[in-house]
Amino acid sequence: ITEVCGAKRVGYFGPAQFYIALKLIAAAQSGFPVRIESIKNDLPLPRFMALKNDGEVRYGTPAEPHGVKFQVPHATLEKNSYKRTDDGDKQEPKSPPMSPICSPPASPSTYQRIPLSYGYGKSRSGLEQQHGAPYEVRHSAPQQDGSSSGSYGAKPALACSTLNRSLSVEREQQDSSTHYSDDPWRITEEQRDYYVNQFRSLQPDLNSFISGSVAKNFFTKSKLPIPELSHIWELSDVDCDGALTLPEFCAAFHLVVARKNGYQLPETLPETLLPEYLQAASLKATRDCALFDSYPESLPSGQQPQDFSRTEKTSAEEVPDNSALLQDGKKDDKQALKVSTALKPIPKEFQHLTVKTAAQESNSLRARPRSRSYSSTSIEDAMKKGEEPPTPPPRPQKSHSRASSLDLNKIFQQNAQAVRSGWLPPPPPALPPRPSVSQTEQPSEVELHPQVNRPPSQAEENSSAKKEVVLSQPPSKPTRRKLRTEVQGLETPELSPTINVTSSLPAVKPHLPVQKQSSKQKRAIQTAIRKNRETNAVLARLNSE
Amino acid sequence: QNYPLYIRSVPTENELKFHYTVHTSLDVVDEKISAMGKALVDQRELYLGLLYPTEDYKVYGYVTNSKVKFVMVVDSSNTALRDNEIRSMFRKLHNSYTDIMCNPFYNPGDQIHSRAFDNMVNSMMMQVC
Repeated sequence: ITEVCGAKRVGYFGPAQFYIALKLIAAAQSGFPVRIESIKNDLPLPRFMALKNDGEVRYGTPAEPHGVKFQVPHATLEKNSYKRTDDGDKQEPKSPPMSPICSPPASPSTYQRIPLSYGYGKSRSGLEQQHGAPYEVRHSAPQQDGSSSGSYGAKPALACSTLNRSLSVEREQQDSSTHYSDDPWRITEEQRDYYVNQFRSLQPDLNSFISGSVAKNFFTKSKLPIPELSHIWELSDVDCDGALTLPEFCAAFHLVVARKNGYQLPETLPETLLPEYLQAASLKATRDCALFDSYPESLPSGQQPQDFSRTEKTSAEEVPDNSALLQDGKKDDKQALKVSTALKPIPKEFQHLTVKTAAQESNSLRARPRSRSYSSTSIEDAMKKGEEPPTPPPRPQKSHSRASSLDLNKIFQQNAQAVRSGWLPPPPPALPPRPSVSQTEQPSEVELHPQVNRPPSQAEENSSAKKEVVLSQPPSKPTRRKLRTEVQGLETPELSPTINVTSSLPAVKPHLPVQKQSSKQKRAIQTAIRKNRETNAVLARLNSE
Repeated sequence: QNYPLYIRSVPTENELKFHYTVHTSLDVVDEKISAMGKALVDQRELYLGLLYPTEDYKVYGYVTNSKVKFVMVVDSSNTALRDNEIRSMFRKLHNSYTDIMCNPFYNPGDQIHSRAFDNMVNSMMMQVC
């Protein structure tokens, strides 16, 4: 039912989902199959087995009519238009036998009972309905509205205000805990907003993460004992990277709040606090569907220390695009790769950062703060072993021993092509054995390597200028930079100290006047460039040898 | 130094005997570490292998790059346990240990009270027994 009504898809029970779910329950109880079409049938209202509580005792009438009654007012959504007719029918016969006192206050209490009797899946709806209670009451006998809605309105407000004091050393009142009793592990909207604001105060970028020490200081302020905080961290840091992303932070904060309210910490992270669930709930877009598809594959369920989930987790960390390699990725192999490649030379760091930025771009929500160069290398190795690189890499010549040394001639040719074609962006340089994650940053980072290799073989100006430019720009820029250095060699030293994006602007401007130069000058420049390139290539090869 | 951060045995009858065994095997571990010299970063060298077989059990050792030692005592009658399995168990331990390290509330050198770690160790031991 949860799936059919759409709650699974969106990740929560909104009013629409709730109504459909109830209708489906009625259908199931009447013996109809649980399908969307069943809602259209003329169904009796669902029957709920309710527990005894104050509401029921107070009003004395059996649960069934109460269960019936709350169904009545929800005729507000287009999906339930057919329900309106039902409601119309039901309301007449049902209302006379019921005392007006019973109906409105009883229905909110019925809401509370429903979650208790239906357990976890429905318990989310309970909280939703608490918000819905006031206007639901409105639909039924209006004279009761003031009292009941007033009392229920007060409750959520009370919970919010107590939330705001959650960090102070204060025992929460019992009232607010009853608000939680429907589902202590579900984060309400007010709570979420509060958590997000707190996150922002620690870390302005909502897509980024809070480091461990910052989070530690923050949560220590809550005055919970350290072992409990340690346990909370263990629960909420699902990917075990020593940092908290926004959903992880919300989960941790929520656990702190729950603990301060007297709730015992669970052994494993509840479903509603999983990052994937919180992500889906917060995003609320069609993108969620994609997320939901990818996340179950790549995230473990809670903190269960199973090999399989762990394997998936670690492998998902390495390669966000779920390539086939991940599925069989035994942790052993990964670990072996990780540690055995730990000794790669320092320049590899660039490659690792490249892969990592590419990875981050495609899965920005799971950025890793840990500088795990060895693990990034394993991506390369894993990819090498797993699949052919899509673009046939220019195999390094016998003289080139390191993957970082590209076929420089090809690069030059491409750059020369770009220059000849003028303003057109160059074709992406053929990548060496590199993961198939094709991002636009990669070519620029790849460019960085030849640049890094070339400085010893080139004039200082050229190399430093190129390096700066490449660090901050797409590949087309270096070509313009070369033109520039030919024409205005004096200006490059000025720009060399600036290694940031703004250096791209000065590069852009000179290009425009360059383009307007006469073709003769252009040709001269191009020949000069070609000559330079040839010498560069020779020197580079010598250098690597 | 060399105080235990975490110690767990299944079944728990001769626990004290195992504690003693582990403690004495630390000497062997130290000996192996000092014999290895400077190059300690290869994983093969992290796994120390069979430290010594005694009576009816075998002792395996593993040391991390931060000189945290894992010592495992297994029953000799458990002949099905191959070297690979021991290695994988140590790897799991190492991974769980690094996860604990990630926790900013954990001070290196403290006793390990992590429930996740406990669960992992228990499941591993259950698997073997």
